[in-house]
Amino acid sequence: MTLFLEMHGISKTFPGVKALNRVDLHLRLGEVHVLAGENGAGKSTLMKIMTGVYRADPGGAIRIDGQDTVIKDPVHARALGISIIYQELAVVNNMTVAENIYLAREPLGRTGLIDRRKMNADARAVLAELDISIAPDTRVGNLSIGQKQMVEIARAISYRSKLIIMDEPTASLSHHEATTLTRMVRKLAAQNIGIVYISHRMDEIFEIADRITVLRDGETVDSRPAADMTRELLVRKMVDRELSQLFGAHLSHATHQVLMSVRGLGLKRPTAQGARVSDVSFDLHRGEILGFFGLVGAGRTEVMEMIFGSRSHVGTIAIDGKEVRIESPSDAIGHGIGFVTEDRKEQGLVLGMSVRENFSLTHLAEYCRLDVVNRRRETEACHGFVRSLGIKTPSTEQKVLNLSGGNQQKVVIAKWVARRPRILIVDEPTRGIDIGAKAEVHALLNRLTSEGMSIIVVSSDLPEILAISDRVIVLKEGRISGILGRDDATQEQVMLAATG
Amino acid sequence: MSMSGQKSATAEQTPQRLWHGLAQLRHVREVNVLLAMLIVGALISLYTPYFLTTNNLMGVFRAFSLTAIMSIGMVMVIITGGIDLSVGSAMGLASLVTALCFDAGFGTSTSIAAGVGVGVTFGLANGLLITAVGLPPFIATLGTLSIGRGMMYMITHGVPVTPDTPEAFSVLGQGYVGPVPVPVVIMLALMVVFALVMRRTRFGRHVYATGGNEHAARLSGVKTDRVKLAVYVLSSTIASLAGIIGFSRYLSAEPASGFGSELDVIAAAAIGGASLAGGVGSVTGAVIGAALVGVIANGVVLLNINTYAQQAITGGVILIAVSLDVLRSKLTGGNG
Ligand SMILES: Nc1ncnc2c1ncn2[C@@H]1O[C@H](COP(=O)(O)OP(=O)(O)OP(=O)(O)O)[C@@H](O)[C@H]1O
Ligand SMILES: [Mg+2]
Repeated sequence: MTLFLEMHGISKTFPGVKALNRVDLHLRLGEVHVLAGENGAGKSTLMKIMTGVYRADPGGAIRIDGQDTVIKDPVHARALGISIIYQELAVVNNMTVAENIYLAREPLGRTGLIDRRKMNADARAVLAELDISIAPDTRVGNLSIGQKQMVEIARAISYRSKLIIMDEPTASLSHHEATTLTRMVRKLAAQNIGIVYISHRMDEIFEIADRITVLRDGETVDSRPAADMTRELLVRKMVDRELSQLFGAHLSHATHQVLMSVRGLGLKRPTAQGARVSDVSFDLHRGEILGFFGLVGAGRTEVMEMIFGSRSHVGTIAIDGKEVRIESPSDAIGHGIGFVTEDRKEQGLVLGMSVRENFSLTHLAEYCRLDVVNRRRETEACHGFVRSLGIKTPSTEQKVLNLSGGNQQKVVIAKWVARRPRILIVDEPTRGIDIGAKAEVHALLNRLTSEGMSIIVVSSDLPEILAISDRVIVLKEGRISGILGRDDATQEQVMLAATG
Repeated sequence: MSMSGQKSATAEQTPQRLWHGLAQLRHVREVNVLLAMLIVGALISLYTPYFLTTNNLMGVFRAFSLTAIMSIGMVMVIITGGIDLSVGSAMGLASLVTALCFDAGFGTSTSIAAGVGVGVTFGLANGLLITAVGLPPFIATLGTLSIGRGMMYMITHGVPVTPDTPEAFSVLGQGYVGPVPVPVVIMLALMVVFALVMRRTRFGRHVYATGGNEHAARLSGVKTDRVKLAVYVLSSTIASLAGIIGFSRYLSAEPASGFGSELDVIAAAAIGGASLAGGVGSVTGAVIGAALVGVIANGVVLLNINTYAQQAITGGVILIAVSLDVLRSKLTGGNG
């Protein structure tokens, strides 16, 4: 395999943060190179340097095909054959697939107008080359997230990219879509395209990697062929702890006391998209962790949004045996419900605000007297969570915008846990967070139940659900298709209920 | 990743830290606008020493005080991600209603209350159109702007209302506290109060959160509709106050009073660092923005520049101020 891009001694300093410290990276054509490391290790920053979004500190060098190169900006990077597929997809929903693939370089006809026929034909050819069965004139807004990602890959291919970077591409994909993606990655590698692949999912890493490089605290700590790497070693390199020490045994604090009972929950106004949730009934016990599993589109998030009042519903919700009216999030919060949402950028955080301000937004009244905020107490409380959750940030005044993805997720968890709700709903709590932090979050949830909190966990990570839940509810096409006790909830049983 | 910032901060000697702190001030928008104003002021005073006399300066302050007062309400609306185009009409109609009340023989407090009532009504109308009906703020307040202005012409038939008013009422617009005109005192008081509200209270935090990411704020339990209703009511009410002060100064309610002033007010907020996308801005910034425009206006007069040029100059100032800000955050922030 031929060497394509070399990075030597790359450093990057942000105000107060040394994100990268003399990193070396060698990328070859036809190789799937996995970049692993804790949240805030510097993976995304390194990729942004490679694609010209950031300029590295002076002192390092980037060589492409053996030539010293300064990558000026993303357009230049693309001209050099480097494309990136961001987790927050960069597609225009109102345009067709072909229009997206050829955005800003539309083929023009003799009249100077866009040659639609040629554009669609070219797009069809690229899609066919990749075995993607999407019609070029489909509106992108109608596609699933996985399909949108395929469109982005097609776009990268149409640029004749030699290197495609994927930063946590499977984080919001269904299991099936993730499998399709990993197959696509292997196929691209077989066509002699180099791939950089960032992921926190262990299974995935070992499935597709040819080579694994580990970053820790902005430095390269290891780089070797995947064949020489084991899970235990990878975890040790990433977090400097043993895998076996990370995840403690499950300690149940579940009682038989019913805290919340939901009866006949369904959508008030069924919409075209999403599952038609109907007739969902279940009880949540005090001190219990109740897992919700289902395939993407089964309606898990919709159910949670109804309970939280951000989606209107029919049916009843009773807490402590008394029926409650929940018509808005603030109603739900008033009844002691908290909700760690799935999408942190859109729903979880005010990106332009500081860590402290985001943290306290759910429970600001606690730090107020006569509506005046006591800044010192607010900062102290925030500091406590930054320490206990290991949030990597130079200070509580840092804008969350500047935090790494996983650390942003921890801020969302902190802002809800600090409110100490009686019922905490967490939707994909460990998406995008590293394995060490994941273990910390699991331990935290367990500790909260020991203090009497009841928790509903929604996750598409089945092993996670099985590891932490006292009971598992399986949803299928908007209805409950199984309620399993911890002892009956095996991988097979749950999948059977979800798909069967 | 190492926390180099913290380490170096503790290692630094005190004078260095002070210098560092001063250097940080560079990044505060208000300070930049204030500096710009001082520079403009210095330039003007080079040409005419009269600029720096107490007499002239107080006149300048009084001239921009009404715009500054209205910009305090406006900037709160802008921080929620909205806009209030109706402030000029709220101001004008409030001054007219106050004048009509005096004309009908009501006392000072009743007349003022009626004027303030106009502001509250405007604010409730705007706020409800935006939150309950769901109109975009631009459209809702454009509508109330026209309605208010139309009502003024209908009521006055284009003729100013000049009632007899008690001596005490004219203090509001014409009085002095020491050398300082009363409208300027009111402006400063409102500025201090609302700067504290925005910086230190829960309400203020909720205003910023609503503009920063309304969806996330609502899901965090912020009653975003109530926050929006509140800022529109505040904006119109403050504008009506400005109208009453303006009437007290000239004791004549003109049908065109406040016409077009929404643009000056928005300009002040924007120069002071408010982002029309929401989430960013400050009360002091808006007042300083109004001051900068006021100083320039005065300079135009003192330097005998064609007064028509003033508007063009103000436009230039807006573009330069906001462009510099955008460029600076591109250079230092670099977060895509
Ligand atoms: N624009 C920025 N300004 C300041 N600090 C930044 C900026 N971007 C990144 N950082 C900091 O640099 C460090 C590395 O961040 P980066 O996003 O590269 O981490 P990552 O390895 O991708 O983590 P994750 O797995 O959580 O996505 C973090 O501590 C982050 O807070
Ligand atoms: Mg990242």
